[in-house]
Amino acid sequence: MTMQDDEILGKAYDGKLMVRLIKYLKPYKWYVIVAVFLSMIVALLESVRPFFTKIAVDENIAKGDSEGLLNTTLLFGSVLIIRGLVQFFVAYLTLWIGQKTILDIRIEIYRHLQYRGLKFFDKNPIGRLVTRVTNDIEVLNDMFSSGIVMVFSDVFMIIGIVWLMFSMNWNMALITLSVLPLLFYGTFVFRKKAREAYRQVRLQVARINTFIQEHISGMLVDQIFNREKKSYKKFIDINGAHRDANIKSIFYYALFYPAVDIIGSVVIGLIIWYSAGGILAGTVTIGTLMAFLQFNEMFWRPIRDLSEKYNIMQTAMASSERIFKLLDDKTIIHESKNPIDIGKSKGKVEFRNVWFAYNDEDWILKNVSFTINPGKAIAIVGHTGAGKTTIINLLNRMYEIQKGEILIDDVNIKNISLDNLRNNIGIVMQDVFLFSGDVKSNINLGNENISEEVVKKSAEMVGVKKFIDSLNGGFYGEVKERGATFSVGQKQLISFARTLAFNPQILVLDEATSSVDTETESLIQKAILKLLQNRTSLVIAHRLSTIQRADKIIVMHKGEIRESGTHKELILNEGIYYKLYKLQYKEQEVPVLTQ
Amino acid sequence: MKSLSYLIPYLKKYRSQLLWGIGSIILANIFSVVLPHFIGKAVDKMNTISQNNQEVLNEMFWYAVLIISFTFIAGVLLYYTRQTIIVTSRHIEFDLRNDFLEHLQKQPYSYFQKTPTGDLMAHATNDINAVRNVLGPGIMYPIDSLMGLIFSLSFMFAKSWSLTLIALIPLPLVSYVVYRVGRSIHTKSIEKQESYSKLTTRAQENLSGIRIVKSYVREKYEIDLFEKLSQTYFKKNMQLAKIQSLMWPLMFMLVGSSILLTIYFGGLSVINKELTIGTLTAFLSYLVMLIWPMIALGWVINILQQGAASMSRLQKIIDRKSEISNNDLTNYTIKEVEGEIEFKNVSFKHDGSNFDTIKNINLKIPKGSTLAIVGKTGSGKSTLVNLIPRLYDITDGELLIDGKNVKQLPLEVLRTQIGFVPQETFLFSETISENIFYGVEEKKEDDLIESAKISQISVDVEEFPKKFETVIGERGITLSGGQKQRTSIARAIIKTPKILIIDDALSAVDTDTEDKILHQLRAVMKGRTSIIISHRISTVKDADYIIVLENGAIAEKGTHDELLIIKGIYSDLYGKQLLEQELEELK
Repeated sequence: MTMQDDEILGKAYDGKLMVRLIKYLKPYKWYVIVAVFLSMIVALLESVRPFFTKIAVDENIAKGDSEGLLNTTLLFGSVLIIRGLVQFFVAYLTLWIGQKTILDIRIEIYRHLQYRGLKFFDKNPIGRLVTRVTNDIEVLNDMFSSGIVMVFSDVFMIIGIVWLMFSMNWNMALITLSVLPLLFYGTFVFRKKAREAYRQVRLQVARINTFIQEHISGMLVDQIFNREKKSYKKFIDINGAHRDANIKSIFYYALFYPAVDIIGSVVIGLIIWYSAGGILAGTVTIGTLMAFLQFNEMFWRPIRDLSEKYNIMQTAMASSERIFKLLDDKTIIHESKNPIDIGKSKGKVEFRNVWFAYNDEDWILKNVSFTINPGKAIAIVGHTGAGKTTIINLLNRMYEIQKGEILIDDVNIKNISLDNLRNNIGIVMQDVFLFSGDVKSNINLGNENISEEVVKKSAEMVGVKKFIDSLNGGFYGEVKERGATFSVGQKQLISFARTLAFNPQILVLDEATSSVDTETESLIQKAILKLLQNRTSLVIAHRLSTIQRADKIIVMHKGEIRESGTHKELILNEGIYYKLYKLQYKEQEVPVLTQ
Repeated sequence: MKSLSYLIPYLKKYRSQLLWGIGSIILANIFSVVLPHFIGKAVDKMNTISQNNQEVLNEMFWYAVLIISFTFIAGVLLYYTRQTIIVTSRHIEFDLRNDFLEHLQKQPYSYFQKTPTGDLMAHATNDINAVRNVLGPGIMYPIDSLMGLIFSLSFMFAKSWSLTLIALIPLPLVSYVVYRVGRSIHTKSIEKQESYSKLTTRAQENLSGIRIVKSYVREKYEIDLFEKLSQTYFKKNMQLAKIQSLMWPLMFMLVGSSILLTIYFGGLSVINKELTIGTLTAFLSYLVMLIWPMIALGWVINILQQGAASMSRLQKIIDRKSEISNNDLTNYTIKEVEGEIEFKNVSFKHDGSNFDTIKNINLKIPKGSTLAIVGKTGSGKSTLVNLIPRLYDITDGELLIDGKNVKQLPLEVLRTQIGFVPQETFLFSETISENIFYGVEEKKEDDLIESAKISQISVDVEEFPKKFETVIGERGITLSGGQKQRTSIARAIIKTPKILIIDDALSAVDTDTEDKILHQLRAVMKGRTSIIISHRISTVKDADYIIVLENGAIAEKGTHDELLIIKGIYSDLYGKQLLEQELEELK
């Protein structure tokens, strides 16, 4: 069983991490102070309860003072009510503080993530990043709420009880406290054992989950290889280990709770025995005896709570370490010191001796140069792995090039403000990504400057409006995760509408290769025409129609530009393009001709 | 609640343990319930102090001893209760989960295609866990509470009728509060969880679509959106927090008021000499003993409700009958398969689909021959071969193996004789040797080495430090696509099957290696039937017979040479692959 990175627990306290964590409480400083103060009051009011019993018994009942008894009862009653109210308020307040703090941290991490460079996302699996924003932060909640404030409450409770006991009777206080070390020790040993047992249980749960997951995914293999019975036997082992781990943890609980009771009964026995002598000697009253019987019961809750804090701290430290590591990441695309705002670009694009590699010197692009004049279209073609898609990533600075220059309107893109640059470039990717939500928000991506009218007009221009109108809810119709209910063609058209709505001067289009039905195909071809109109465009082309309409074709092969020219020129040349043409584009001749 | 009756047979299996456990709860309650009585007696004794000092002290000593030893006995019994009832609940959980898996194993392939794995996982963990809660705490606490209630109440009533009634006034409210608060905690938790999963989904989507976000400069919008979702989640949390914060103060107030009433009215009775101070002390202790049963009662109702809901969800799965299994047609005398396959007007339609995926296929594959299938993605190639081991049952026509309807063959016999290499390679995270030995009874080292050689995986395995004992997926050892496919081939051929089916499982293997595999296979599969699906002409060109599938029907058929002459789909595909090869080789 491999332990996941996220499962490793370390120490329960780390000064550096703690200082950093506490900083997040700063905005809520006063709330924390109020919560601590009020929790002390609760602790105090809780611990005086036996004191009232003593007064009721010794001062009122023993002396036959029924009026006094009523007063004591009423006083006790009001303490009870006050305590209840304050306790409610404190509990709510501490949870509020915890939630508010983790809300802040969550948004900070999320914001941090939004501005990481794409390189960062290549290195970090999305699943893990999601865990940071979700689970890891949830764990901190316990620390910020019960972890910090309630520690004070527990400690004060213990102090309060001890103080009241000693003020009533020294000897009896000592007797009651005599078992305290044992109780402390027992509780902490139990916590440790229970924690370890719990960890084992979780490990076994993970094993069961892995097994079930794997054997559901691999059910086909199980069935086709007649392995059901053997797999079943194997599962019995894993499932049995899970059961045994649980049974072991039951053992600790079964042992611990009666043990606490027994320790408590020893104190009761001692108190009774001692008070008998005390009462005879006149140093102890019945009320004191009753009060101590109650003190004895009240002790162990704060002790148990304190021992739980260890767990909370341990997990919080492990999570915060991972969170801070993420927050310390520096992978971003740097904005130039004096960023230039070129406004709405004229649309001139130039690659000048561009070299690029994702890793070290593993060149994906080698010395690539070309120029696209405003309003012109260039088609890039090439076999798989030629480096076509990489060009898209470079133009809007998703990655930084190692050598050479990329210019827009004759300005190096490194000097253009990042937002300005990206606002000028529209990108249509091969795999259309739709967000869950509605159609409208997928077209304007939540940009309120793009009105509903523009959204609708864009959809109409690419010929997808009819489809959208047919949806339940029209433009406000539901889009499932990744647009699951839409066809590939519909998704593409929506992404075209998106680009059109943003109306960029420069367009980069990575045509999808997946086949669609003829009707959709003709819709797409028409839409592409609309898209390219009056724009500078760079198309990674898979459609013959698109290629033929381009002003120039660039043929890439293994990271280099090998051929360039018009369709006719390149065909006559009988080079790489000619081969590609025969391989990919030739059969598309017919639909283009009928247009 | 009815669904819980399903558990009765499970409970019966552990009858004796459960009965012992219940017996010990009852006994434990008897022992602990007399404790306040002793304390009360002791207090009274002290209050009416006589001159006989030593005698009182001795008596007190014995009270102390009694209290400690009774607590001790009750503790031992309580220990025993947990060790029987709670442990039994874990045993039943174990049985339930085993049965659940065994049941899943009988479900046909189509069931798993329709049902998200996550759902099944949730049933196997959460639902079974909720049912387990019914069996453990759901049995122990009600009995414990009931016993505690009966014993404490009878002692209390015996001491003072009127005081008991007064003290009891607020207590049913405790049960009610726990029940109501518990229920609304449950519903609020679900709301909170939903809000949390929305948050998670958005983060997941945002990060998956981060390129779009960046390209369109939508970072700020995305942050705002996430902030809104986080705020909603915050609100849901606080709604839950309100109820949770309310719970304990409310409980303490109710319990406290009960104590208060007892002290006041009990105190008056003591003043009026109707009651001794010791009885009052005992009374207060009983009261404290009643609190827990009251809390448990409200809690248990929630456990039962949730458990019942989970059980009915589980039942829906368990009651599902498998469509593909041995049946009336099955002829159990058949023990062997020769390897002749014949499709007679075979059509197949997926459940709920309105068109045939496989259309009227007529095809005879003689024993010992090799059939190759080519065709576009979605043309029905995989579906066609999936019909042979009955992963799906045909909807029309007849599928014959050795001239017999495939349904006559016992499922185990049929599948034992088929070596299947599925399109999506699936290996278990076990050692390579365990994966290869997957379908065989006898694990012979020679067979392992031989089949690994044929499938060309042995060269790769030799390079791993632990050779065949390398655990797949552990410590960064991940197999490449081609290595996985070759392991999967080894797994199929080690069975020495009469029918070998390779469903496009050479796609990630380079052409040279592929050539070697095919060459070796030809020797091994002599006299046996092979079916190979591929996109590559190089894979299929030497087959005895080739069919081209299009939209579920046979479009072209013949040998490689025959098909080239037709100049149809096949020859077109061939031409393209030659071109592609040229481009690959271009420097």
